[in-house]
Amino acid sequence: MSTETLVPDPVPAAPASEVMTYREALRLALREEMERDERVFLMGEEVGVFEGSYKVSAGLLAQFGPERVRDTPISEEGFVGAGVGAAMLGERPVVEIMTINFLLVAIDQVVNHAAKVGAMFGGEVRCPLVIRTPNGAGNQLTAQHSQSLEGWFAHVPGLKVVAPATPADAKGLLKSAIRDDDPVVVVENLPIYKEKGEVPLDPDHVVPIGQAAVARPGRDVTLVAHSFATVRALRVAERLAAERGIEAEVVDLRSLRPLDVETVAASVSRTNRVVCVEEGWPTYGVSAELAARIQRACFDDLDAPVERVGMAEVPLPYAKNLELAAMPNEERIAATVLSTLELA
Amino acid sequence: MAVRSERLPVVDTAALLDLYERMVLVRLFETEAERQYKAARIGGYCHLCSGQEAATIGSVHALQDDDLLVTGYRCHGFALARGVPPAAVMSELFGRADGCAHGRGGSMHLLDVQRGFYGGWGIVAGQLPIATGLALALVRQERRQAVLCELGDGAVNMGAWHESLNLAALWSLPVVFMVVNNGYGMGTAVDRASAVPELHRRADAYGMPGERVDGDDLEAVIESTGRLLAAAREERRPAVLELLTYRYRGHSVADAGIAYRSKDEIAARMEHDPLVRTRERLREAGIEEATFDEIDARTEETLAAAVAAAQESPEPDVAELAAGMYAAGSGEQFARMLPGSPFGERDLVFAGGLGT
Ligand SMILES: Cc1ncc(C[n+]2csc(CCOP(=O)(O)OP(=O)(O)O)c2C)c(N)n1
Ligand SMILES: [Mg+2]
Repeated sequence: MSTETLVPDPVPAAPASEVMTYREALRLALREEMERDERVFLMGEEVGVFEGSYKVSAGLLAQFGPERVRDTPISEEGFVGAGVGAAMLGERPVVEIMTINFLLVAIDQVVNHAAKVGAMFGGEVRCPLVIRTPNGAGNQLTAQHSQSLEGWFAHVPGLKVVAPATPADAKGLLKSAIRDDDPVVVVENLPIYKEKGEVPLDPDHVVPIGQAAVARPGRDVTLVAHSFATVRALRVAERLAAERGIEAEVVDLRSLRPLDVETVAASVSRTNRVVCVEEGWPTYGVSAELAARIQRACFDDLDAPVERVGMAEVPLPYAKNLELAAMPNEERIAATVLSTLELA
Repeated sequence: MAVRSERLPVVDTAALLDLYERMVLVRLFETEAERQYKAARIGGYCHLCSGQEAATIGSVHALQDDDLLVTGYRCHGFALARGVPPAAVMSELFGRADGCAHGRGGSMHLLDVQRGFYGGWGIVAGQLPIATGLALALVRQERRQAVLCELGDGAVNMGAWHESLNLAALWSLPVVFMVVNNGYGMGTAVDRASAVPELHRRADAYGMPGERVDGDDLEAVIESTGRLLAAAREERRPAVLELLTYRYRGHSVADAGIAYRSKDEIAARMEHDPLVRTRERLREAGIEEATFDEIDARTEETLAAAVAAAQESPEPDVAELAAGMYAAGSGEQFARMLPGSPFGERDLVFAGGLGT
């Protein structure tokens, strides 16, 4: 008998990261946090037996059981509010809302209850609630199902709002949100669920709330975006580099409230030109907030007005050609960048 | 079945045959819609009502011409039942200009105001307060008409259900809330969502009549809907009607519909098929097999024509992107922020189609 069999193979070093989809990264964050902290539980429509409308929670019912992966009736106001109450007693509820459109029927519990718990009672009680919900448009889902309303929530003092654009940020920000002592709306995104990226596997790795990232460095112009608009901005930046030799810097906000004005301003003061891109309607939107902050922070550095590109200001129509025209598509972003650079 | 035959006919044989043909239209339309969806000519969400034809055709048949209808998003069958031409429905599903919502609404948002169909709505229970308001307007305008409001079994757990029923009862509004209980809201069985799964019993809380009827029995549906609509119309007595039925296909075309229910269950429910049962009634009344074949053939022709019309219908004009958004005259109100105005930003508002 050979002695070789007695010698164990060298244990390969555990990989620090793995390529996975955005949806898998969210699932991993949920699993790790539920394993780490008994108080964390998930509830929402179709999260258990159906394994999630977008399959984020697949496998979690089997692992954690129906007490911690709780299917709800279609009662958003009720179960979001139940999340607020449970959080006030120290639970760590993660409430899934099928899409951000349906969060509107629960907006009273979010805006007038969850957001008020901390300040209105002078800091006596906290509300460590997480609401996960995707925004997004683009599959002819039509007016009532194609909205990016995160700006509404970012408007509200007392809430925190994050909107990851990559699998790594999805995992890291969801984990931060679950560990946070305040109500956090985690805005996921329908088109990004299937996108892949490298994700750190260390269960202790988190992405801090309130910090933007430079997703692509560049010197000529800054594109500021979040969520799916970041994906679009990166595509436009690559195209402009290849076709026109323009080096656009892309700043991915990642958090909308708190907003990392510092990283945005640092970029704009280097490039002197900026286009804010969002999937929502620009009027009174995220890009409106950015424009106000940038003009103040970078007044002396700006070589052109702050430009913005967003959803055409219509309820999204069904017909494919109308929908395409309404979206902040890459042609419109590229054209705006060129005109900012006076190259149009 | 024997028990059924002893009952007095609700409609005569000619009418029953006509209703049967409409049920066939709905069934085959949905089959065609699924085919077109898979061929990528239809997008978005596409919710089929296959299996629910008796509930759909029977309830709409009980409406008078000037009664009003409001539904959720599973509305192809209701539009067809109300007489919207199949070509106008198919064109809408194709996103074309000749669609009944001008290509703007798609599968979930069909509508035909001429026929009193005030829309398919996509937010669960969102249509309930609207139906209540339509009924309020009917009362204010002293019109002897009623509103039929369709909703799913999943919608009864929304706050809007409670608020609408209470308003309707409190103000004696002419509206019938018709719960199409097809056993599931997406993947959730009724008894996993509702503490009291006899949904019609909820009417008690508002002092309204609540009835549960076999929704696959065409005549039973016509009889109950007709009676409750008459009470609403003539006496301003709102009601809840629960129709028990089953959806054969998944929640939408994207859902295979088998992860949360067994194939045996689906097969057992198909035994109950509303078309088969109506055909049985017609056979008893002496209708020959050949007639059924003719109906199938005629319907296939109608659907082929509908698909052809949808394909030929033009896409909506992109320059009219904002059409319908605001009433005529609004263009002037927006003139000082639109692109092209001195401080108007590029692209923020599409002027195209804004009411001028
Ligand atoms: C307020 C709201 N929450 C969630 C959804 C997503 N959703 C669409 S249909 C549906 C199930 C509804 O089931 P049911 O009322 O039984 O109608 P059915 O689909 O069976 O016709 C859900 C959860 C929605 N459209 N609106
Ligand atoms: Mg249902």
